[in-house]
Amino acid sequence: MKPLLEVDNLCISFGNQATMRHVVENVSFHVHAGESLGIVGESGCGKSITSLAIMRLLGGNSRVSGQIRLNNKELLSLSENQMRTIRGKDTAMIFQDPMTSLNPLLTIGKQIGEVMEQHDNLPRDEVKKCVLELLTRVGIPRADEIYHEYPHRLSGGMRQRVMIAMAIACQPLLLLADEPTTALDVTIQAQILDLLQKIRKENRMALIMITHDLGVVAEVCDRVMVMYAGQVMETADVRTLLRTPMHPYTKALMMSRPQSAKENRRLNTIPGSVPSPEHFPNGCRFAPRCDQVMPICYEKTPALAPAGEGSACRCWLYDENKESKEVLV
Amino acid sequence: MNASRPLLEVKGLQKWFPLSRGFLQSSRFVRAVNNVDLIMRKGETVGIVGESGCGKSTLGRCILRLIEPTDGEIWFNGTNVSSLSKQAMHKYRRNMQMIFQNPYDTLNPKHRIRKILSEPLIAHRVPKEEHETLMVNILERVGLRKEHLERFPHEFSGGQRQRICIARALILGPELVIADEAVSALDVSIQSQILNLLQDLQEQMGLTYLFISHDLSVVQHISDRVAVMYLGEIVEMGDKQSFFQKPLHPYSQALLSAVPKNDPDENRERIILQGDLPSPTNPPSGCKFHQRCHVAMEKCKTEAPLLKEVEGRQVACHLYA
Repeated sequence: MKPLLEVDNLCISFGNQATMRHVVENVSFHVHAGESLGIVGESGCGKSITSLAIMRLLGGNSRVSGQIRLNNKELLSLSENQMRTIRGKDTAMIFQDPMTSLNPLLTIGKQIGEVMEQHDNLPRDEVKKCVLELLTRVGIPRADEIYHEYPHRLSGGMRQRVMIAMAIACQPLLLLADEPTTALDVTIQAQILDLLQKIRKENRMALIMITHDLGVVAEVCDRVMVMYAGQVMETADVRTLLRTPMHPYTKALMMSRPQSAKENRRLNTIPGSVPSPEHFPNGCRFAPRCDQVMPICYEKTPALAPAGEGSACRCWLYDENKESKEVLV
Repeated sequence: MNASRPLLEVKGLQKWFPLSRGFLQSSRFVRAVNNVDLIMRKGETVGIVGESGCGKSTLGRCILRLIEPTDGEIWFNGTNVSSLSKQAMHKYRRNMQMIFQNPYDTLNPKHRIRKILSEPLIAHRVPKEEHETLMVNILERVGLRKEHLERFPHEFSGGQRQRICIARALILGPELVIADEAVSALDVSIQSQILNLLQDLQEQMGLTYLFISHDLSVVQHISDRVAVMYLGEIVEMGDKQSFFQKPLHPYSQALLSAVPKNDPDENRERIILQGDLPSPTNPPSGCKFHQRCHVAMEKCKTEAPLLKEVEGRQVACHLYA
């Protein structure tokens, strides 16, 4: 079966010739219909930029190369007008901060209805009916009252529900969720993750969940891709990744969570901090912070090599002949 | 450790924020903190958890009198600091310091680190010739170097900035440190560095922490005792071990069950709370949690439960009456 979304060799850079910064390099992945992929990494690893590139929402100062195929359509070659027929209809996005991503001057009903008016050409009363249905579906009580409310009257959890309602209004094939629960309390987070799972099953929608929280990944994802400094470090099935992580970065990330240090008082740490694009080191980008570093790591960049079924890992530790070919997973 | 006299004792602390009031209208209040009692012993870490809007930050600020409490007493080392004048309070601030959430907003971007660190010293009239040694000492303690003194905040990463904030809070040698979401804005790998640093400093300097956080796993890691707040009140307080093993209050149970699991196949019963936190201007009658509670009884709608000793912990719930 052909995947719904295929991303091949995606490279994103910013700036002019002199100040060019390669923020994302050779990122390739795919997502099948109904599947959920988690993209995990710390701030500055390029995970949000990748999702914005898929939506073609990056500004004019960016350069995007590679291929992004959604349902056999090459998104990067579409004109802005053609892209508008896809955005909101075939793909939709939920942003991190529900407080700032809603228009404060429009009522909830109007904001959600806008997407449908744009894409489905429905009469007005039909749109209203659909919006009310959507609001009920995402678990908003008193939908007919909330329809006329403005965003500032709602709590964070409710606003995120409105964002979700807006995103699924046209039943997209692919939903990109960029840290959808980071700004929310755990109890509300549990509600929202539940809701996303329910919608995914009902619509057979693909979901890309961008998060820094491995707990969220364990809750909702089928497969995970770990990013560091603009590169994919490891991809694997969620169970494989969480139980037997391969890449030293994935291991370190898991060990530095407070949950992992229940017995001994000290937490494992990763020394130093994430490099910025102008200071990406030569060789493996994680080498200066890695606890299993070898001389070769500072000289040559390891390839993302296959490692078991559906898994791949970018690390010299797992490369016996030290020159395997890059693969697409 | 001085077991007989607690370092900090908070009795019946209340903070009500008045809302604008119309003519002939009874005044309305946001009851941000309501009747909170808290005892902290020297050298221990008390974690305060709760959803946003539950009053945990207000509680921290009231203890330092950064905002004036409406009612209640705060005893610090045997002195009632809540009745002190502004000048007298100034002296006590030396012993009680705060670390804030966002290291990007709490450092003045126009000041060099030297100026940022010397401000508390000047405010507390530390002789000028001691400044340099104090500043260098504290910077080394938090894992930075002497040459960082001449730099500006924007030259540092988020984790380093939080180290500077910690240095600023500790430079006067306080006894009590209130950390308000001190690691929430940081990435996991940096968060673990800062948590380790806080624990090392606690051992070296004999600090007492009031650790306010919404992140249960962080609180579980760092605290000795945990207090759960809901709508301005403490609903459960007890020893960390027993609390995380078997939370007693239905709200604590729901809160713990909402933490994402570590493994996709982990089978855990989840109590999903319905709705949001009610508005603190118009709290529900009886037990404030009864509308969202999965085991609410008739009694809960009318009668507010009091904190009672249950299994060595304090719990405010009619289930254990």
